[in-house]
Amino acid sequence: MDLNYDLAVGTTRELNQKLNSASTKDADVSFRVLNPKGAHALAVGMTSNISVDIEGHVGYYCAGMNQKAHITVLGNAGPAVAENMMSGRVVVSGNVSHYAAASAHGGLLVVEGDSSSRCGISLKGAHIVVKGSVGHMSAFMAQSGSMVVCGDAGEALGDSLYEARLYVRGNVASLGTDCVEKTMLDEHKREIDGLLERSGITDADASEFRRFGSARKLYNFDVDNADAY
Amino acid sequence: MCGIVGLFAKTKSFENELGLHFSKMLEEMTDRGPDSAGFAMYHNAVDGGRVKVVVLARDSLDSIILADKLSSVFSEASVSDLGSGHLLITVASEIDGLMTWLRTEHPELTVLSAGRSIEIYKEKGLPNKVIEEFSIASMSGSHALGHTRMATESAITTAHSHPFSTGDDVCLVHNGSLSNHNRLRTELRKKGIYFSSDNDSEVAAGYLTWRLREGDSIDEALNRALSDLDGFYTFAVGTRDGFAVMRDPIACKPAVISETDDWVAMASEYRAIALLPNANNAPAWEPNPGQVYSWSH
Repeated sequence: MDLNYDLAVGTTRELNQKLNSASTKDADVSFRVLNPKGAHALAVGMTSNISVDIEGHVGYYCAGMNQKAHITVLGNAGPAVAENMMSGRVVVSGNVSHYAAASAHGGLLVVEGDSSSRCGISLKGAHIVVKGSVGHMSAFMAQSGSMVVCGDAGEALGDSLYEARLYVRGNVASLGTDCVEKTMLDEHKREIDGLLERSGITDADASEFRRFGSARKLYNFDVDNADAY
Repeated sequence: MCGIVGLFAKTKSFENELGLHFSKMLEEMTDRGPDSAGFAMYHNAVDGGRVKVVVLARDSLDSIILADKLSSVFSEASVSDLGSGHLLITVASEIDGLMTWLRTEHPELTVLSAGRSIEIYKEKGLPNKVIEEFSIASMSGSHALGHTRMATESAITTAHSHPFSTGDDVCLVHNGSLSNHNRLRTELRKKGIYFSSDNDSEVAAGYLTWRLREGDSIDEALNRALSDLDGFYTFAVGTRDGFAVMRDPIACKPAVISETDDWVAMASEYRAIALLPNANNAPAWEPNPGQVYSWSH
């Protein structure tokens, strides 16, 4: 069943109410959202496994707090796409702005273009796959989950990192405090291959990636570091 | 939070509609800055021997009397009342000659813009009110920069509003906040830069005025600003021929750029650009942190 919603005539609130009223039995329900024109907070707070295709660029906070829904943006997304996502899947065909998947607990964000700064900031368990590159301070204070970057990473990757796993295929401009390169084990290669497959990326292979993680020297207070404060 | 918009015409036919499209962009940024709005329109350039200045008169000032006074000193003097205390003065003179005269004879007037092409208008209140007050939609122009302000660092007055003039046909709009503006203002005053408010963005404008006076190009001045200005900023700078955009290296403040065969546009958010003709098919991207982007005719 296809349902269209045109934001040239309707409002964001109406759209979100309509999407939220779909029940978990509506797995075959697919919404098309037309004329987003950079509007904020589209398809937020979804709780059922519906599909939502947004045809155009979106503004701030698209797909925030998503649970279960499969949301596709055919265009670019503004700041904080999929912020605090819990589950489900968000795909952006273009580029994403700052703070993509900030604090996301679960689910998968796929960015087919590039991400600007702070991608996956404070990540709490979700997975992020970026086909292009990520900007500076990505995965800042990321706690768990993983981020796969097929292109390059900007400055200070993984600053103050906790236990998230970071995989980068291209160049890393610099590592943030307490982020170090780690040995790639089979379990990591399996994770990368699995995420690439789920993201529909066929022109990359786990063997091309490097792994980065926490040196675990920062997040437990060490009296030897007292002079640094 | 504030909103910035810039629109640059690439064709003569788009120049005729520039004000119409620009006013829509400015109004779309109302949510980001409902306190005041302002814009710099580059149009109706005067020829080489003349200069035009927009001044803000806080108390009513008879434009005919002012024109008479100017005529006794300058040739081809004219004054038009643009509304809301904005007076457009044109005379045959170098800028410095007119500025010196204004400071001596009418120190109560605030100079909003000076040059051959630029006119700056700004006012407290919702952008829509400012758009209507100055009939932006019916203006034509080669390019324009606008600002919707949500004040964080200083008072909500017309003088604190953007854009800020930074010299001959140059102006600045700013989204963000500067943390070293007090010390920098003191230093710039010693170098002879004049400030009309305690606004942090005016200090950035004053800084550019100083650097341009010292012979820097716009690109050089902005690159130097990266090390001398401490804070968060997306700047858009209007020049006689075009405009430049720069974000600080941390890049917390947003900016989107888009371009077609008819126009180049920048805005704090894509939704302001989405209103332009053929925006749907145009590439849209974010300017990189700490990098100067510029366009000119």
